[in-house]
Amino acid sequence: MFSLEGITTAVQDWLFIKFNPTLALAIECVIVILLAITLFAGLGLVLVLMERKVAARIQIRLGPNRVGPGGMFQTVADTLKLIMKEGLTPDSADKFLFNLAPFIVMMVAMLLLAPIAFAKNFQIWDINIGVLYISAISSLSVIGILMAGWASNNKYSLLGAMRSGAQIVSYELSAGLAVLTIVVLTGSLQISEIIAAQQNGWWIFKGHIPAVIAFVIFIIAVTAETNRAPFDLAEAESELTAGFHTEYSGMKFALFFLAEYINIFIVCAIGATLFLGGWMPLHIGSWEAFNHIMDYIPSSVWFMGKTFFLIFVIMWFRWTFPRLRIDQLLNLEWKYLLPISLLNLLLVAVIAILGWHF
Amino acid sequence: MYNQTEIIKDTTDLGPEGELVINMGPQHPATHGVLHLVVTLNGETIKKIEPHLGYIHRSIEKMCESLTYRQFIYVTSRMDYLSSHINNLGCALLIEKGMQIEVPERAKYIRVILSELTRIASHELWLGAMAMDLGAFTPFFYTFREREMITEIMEETCGARLTMNYIVPGGVMYDIHPNFQKKVKAFIKQFKEKVTEFEDLVTNNVIFQSRTKGIGILSAEDAISFGCTGPVARASGVRCDIRKLYPYDVYDKVEFDEVIETAGDSFARYIVRVKEMNQSIRIIEQLIDSIPEGDFVGKTKNVLKLPKGEFYTRVETARGEFGVFIVSEGGTNPYRIKFRSPGFSNLSALNHMAAGSKIGDLMATMGTLDLVIPDIDR
Repeated sequence: MFSLEGITTAVQDWLFIKFNPTLALAIECVIVILLAITLFAGLGLVLVLMERKVAARIQIRLGPNRVGPGGMFQTVADTLKLIMKEGLTPDSADKFLFNLAPFIVMMVAMLLLAPIAFAKNFQIWDINIGVLYISAISSLSVIGILMAGWASNNKYSLLGAMRSGAQIVSYELSAGLAVLTIVVLTGSLQISEIIAAQQNGWWIFKGHIPAVIAFVIFIIAVTAETNRAPFDLAEAESELTAGFHTEYSGMKFALFFLAEYINIFIVCAIGATLFLGGWMPLHIGSWEAFNHIMDYIPSSVWFMGKTFFLIFVIMWFRWTFPRLRIDQLLNLEWKYLLPISLLNLLLVAVIAILGWHF
Repeated sequence: MYNQTEIIKDTTDLGPEGELVINMGPQHPATHGVLHLVVTLNGETIKKIEPHLGYIHRSIEKMCESLTYRQFIYVTSRMDYLSSHINNLGCALLIEKGMQIEVPERAKYIRVILSELTRIASHELWLGAMAMDLGAFTPFFYTFREREMITEIMEETCGARLTMNYIVPGGVMYDIHPNFQKKVKAFIKQFKEKVTEFEDLVTNNVIFQSRTKGIGILSAEDAISFGCTGPVARASGVRCDIRKLYPYDVYDKVEFDEVIETAGDSFARYIVRVKEMNQSIRIIEQLIDSIPEGDFVGKTKNVLKLPKGEFYTRVETARGEFGVFIVSEGGTNPYRIKFRSPGFSNLSALNHMAAGSKIGDLMATMGTLDLVIPDIDR
């Protein structure tokens, strides 16, 4: 059976036989970095195309279909165009911060790749505080956005950045509490252990209704956290032209754009890992034959399938709903989502203590 | 979710240092054209809106003075390009009234059907654009699907898709295309099937309702004092449908309701327009099968000369009351011409409606005013 695990162990064994441990580790680091960057670029291209195709299907049109078969290379062409464009820096902008901001946003997205398990035993860094790491790092992206909005010296950018700041900081709470429910159920912060705990059933099935509530809250909160419609107030096109990245052009804009899509991928990957079992195949109780068939599907396919399903759901939101107003957005978080997720966490704690989950 | 008076109270009376002035437009995605709004903000709350006009002023009124009575009608298509038929109709009606030209029944029927089709097309475009202002992109494509059918009907009969010049003094320029009736009926059928899609996608959407209900309230008194007409005034409970009050062509022969809402908020304006589309369909249905045979244009002189005096007519466009005022010295072209465009008066109420609300509400308010900038600037 095809598995990424075999490849990684083979490479590691070979490296450690050929070189001394320090050098082998260094080479491994380089390989991982290259793979991460490749994944980054690849994901950006795929997700942008996917968004445009999904949007086109929802909006009774065809979407990109000129560059390559079925418009496959449309994003490649777009990226080339953006690379060749001039990266303008406004005269009155704070040049250092203005140029730094897109890299911070990008770096945060990149750092978040580390603890994600893409397949069985295929993970860059299985840190023992994985969930905490994700929550901590993901909240850093707001710094990049605030920096971009402030340094642009543009009123629209500033308004967009301020909205974004208020929004991300608020929704971080609900997302964190939703994640905590799974931590309470599993009793571990480590990603690999959370996945291992879902061997005989995903948390969304095992955790009764509270897990489902937590899942719904998580999806809403991460949609808001990634500044996606219906919570795309930070870049509300009809209100603030483009929000915090109004002044950005060329590759610097492309970095923001890419980071948005990578962030979507990452939050969906986290959602899939925590609630839908990550790379774990779908197992149903004592259906031995069914479980065996499911085991034959490679774990990477399971992971990507779940992640892309969640990405599709988030794209579906965007092309269906109108945008909320800023005060409605904050009302939703502080008056509804936060109390509900707090109560939900309490409920989950009771369930976990009494051992009611399967 | 909140009421507007609460927000107005919140508008803290900070000095000038607490204010943020942003220029919305002339290039801005939400102004749908080259409208320039100078918006004074206090955080997210709007303190004052000042519209600056003139970016697309083409001095149409002055231009009309050097054109003959046959020619100047065509220029009016370029004012409110979304209801060019109705603009043309207004001018044609004035000349017919001034020169006592007899219009054949067939031409009257065609004019009314085309006016109502124009109204539907205009409202469809508005619906999509307004949903886009609120951040929903998808309805735009759904409304354009139906609008496309109307545009095709127009293309066949009038030879143009946007700025139609089909209505002339005394009737219409050509007879209708043989496919006209068939295609209009096909359109009515599709429209009735698909109108529920908007209900599901927009009207019943919780976010849409919370974004529009109680937003941008305009009372009936204010609507009258600002001179608002059309769906904007009717949403505030003012009866002002020219088709009912001063029927022209065959509007007195058809049955339709004047849609009146009393709430005066953005949602009421939305509902008025959606219901108006249904009323337009009702009018077309009554007329489409009974277009009388006969001439499509009455007998007129080659050179039209209005008698000396002052003339005024008004028609109901998709945006409200469109008035034409001509002072004639008896020559071949008007001495002075003045258009009363609905958009101008409706825009003047914007500051009153949106001050004290959030930036997001400005989009909901401005979107439901249905502004067409070339109509305001002329």
